[in-house]
Amino acid sequence: MSYAADVVALARKDLRLELRARDTLPAMALFVVSTLVVFHFALPAGADELAAQGLLWVALVFTALLGLARAWAPERESGALEGLVLAPCDRSAIWLGKALSVLVFLTAIEVVALPAFAQFFSPVGWETVAGVALANIGICTVGTLLAAMAAASRTRELVLPLLFLPLAIPLVVGGVGASVSEEPGRFLAFLGLYDALFAILCWASFEYVVSE
Amino acid sequence: MSAGEKYVAAAYGVVFVAVLVYVAIIAAKLARLERETAELAELARRRDAGG
Amino acid sequence: MSTSSPNNPRSASRVPLVAAAAAGLVGLAIVFAFFVAPEDADQGISQRIFYFHVPIALTAYACFGWGALKALLLLWRKEERYDLESYVAVHQGTIFGALTLLTGSIWAKASWGHWWLWEEDQLVLFLVLFLFYSAYFMLRFSIEEGPRRANISAVYALFGVVLVPVSFLAIRLAENVIHPTVFTREGPQMTGTMFLTFCIAWLAMSVLAYALYRVELLGKRLDANLRELREALTS
Repeated sequence: MSYAADVVALARKDLRLELRARDTLPAMALFVVSTLVVFHFALPAGADELAAQGLLWVALVFTALLGLARAWAPERESGALEGLVLAPCDRSAIWLGKALSVLVFLTAIEVVALPAFAQFFSPVGWETVAGVALANIGICTVGTLLAAMAAASRTRELVLPLLFLPLAIPLVVGGVGASVSEEPGRFLAFLGLYDALFAILCWASFEYVVSE
Repeated sequence: MSAGEKYVAAAYGVVFVAVLVYVAIIAAKLARLERETAELAELARRRDAGG
Repeated sequence: MSTSSPNNPRSASRVPLVAAAAAGLVGLAIVFAFFVAPEDADQGISQRIFYFHVPIALTAYACFGWGALKALLLLWRKEERYDLESYVAVHQGTIFGALTLLTGSIWAKASWGHWWLWEEDQLVLFLVLFLFYSAYFMLRFSIEEGPRRANISAVYALFGVVLVPVSFLAIRLAENVIHPTVFTREGPQMTGTMFLTFCIAWLAMSVLAYALYRVELLGKRLDANLRELREALTS
């Protein structure tokens, strides 16, 4: 089977699993909305609109973390990861397929989160949407690989946020900058750079993360 | 000492103390290694005596 | 399975020499920093903190780079010793990174009266890196020893060096939009003697880091050899 076919097959498997089980998506949707409500109460009166824009990104990053923690759960629970690794497909295809399915989940959640944010706080412009779209790629590529690393660890739920947050900082800078600054183009370009660099790094190094 | 001098002293002092802490850690490690090698020497002696 | 290829007596005997060289250079750097270099007209005596602060920062970067290089060698050549060398390099980098944050914070207090300045790009970058590399240790020590742990640590170390320029760019971009620059800082304009002092201090910190790196490697290899010996004697 070709590389692309492998990737699509793997992603479809994850999507079908989720459609049947329906456990991760509703939880993430509820989490992001609850977080936004908490932010409303956390922001003191008179806090400006700009602060709220920043909080959107906090909500997205932590919701993504929630989803990423479960990303490799089906493979872990069934012991399927070893099987996949032994399969004749390129190991990086495993990563790409998984990252794609996480991307679909995250985008689905954002379809709920962004309108909710627009209602609770302030309208969401095209720059924010573009920023979110670009940041999604970074979150999913890097997050999926880090989740695979965490899966090998004893303290996986504990260590994944520690691994992910420092790498998410540039994404937050890019996203908030795109929403807030007068020159969103620079920040969007930066997000694109992050995505390209880290996607290549993840693609090249995933096989070492899962192999002995 | 002026305030500026105090801060300079603090900055260089921090580095100095860090290196000394390192020395202390190595000293503790040496002590542990000494214990371990003594144990292993004892094991080897017993083996020689037995074999 | 030996974890040491340079496990030969000659390589180990060089370590005291390196340490002695480090001691001499650091002493020289201190003499230059306090007695030879002229006092800065603008910043006064607190400018002298730079002679250690910046070389320590540069040395930390070098350690992370060295760790990433060893990580790459591990993934490519698959020789076990690179794992230990990469780990020790990252360890040294983290120690020097922490020292960068401490000395930088003292400098910030001396110059601006605040223990922390978000406007200081270098400090913020080091904070992000410090968080990143601290997570390296959390990750490494929660995985069982073996080739899997070595590989994962190596990949993470490689992520670190890509993160450095990316974070730097991000912090630069964030400067005026996310945190308006209230304090402006002119980097110290260095005269000839100042620059010489800086170079000596940089060399001193580099050799110090290398000496500590070799010492720690020696200790870890000693541990590994003793473990092998124990296994041989008790089997």
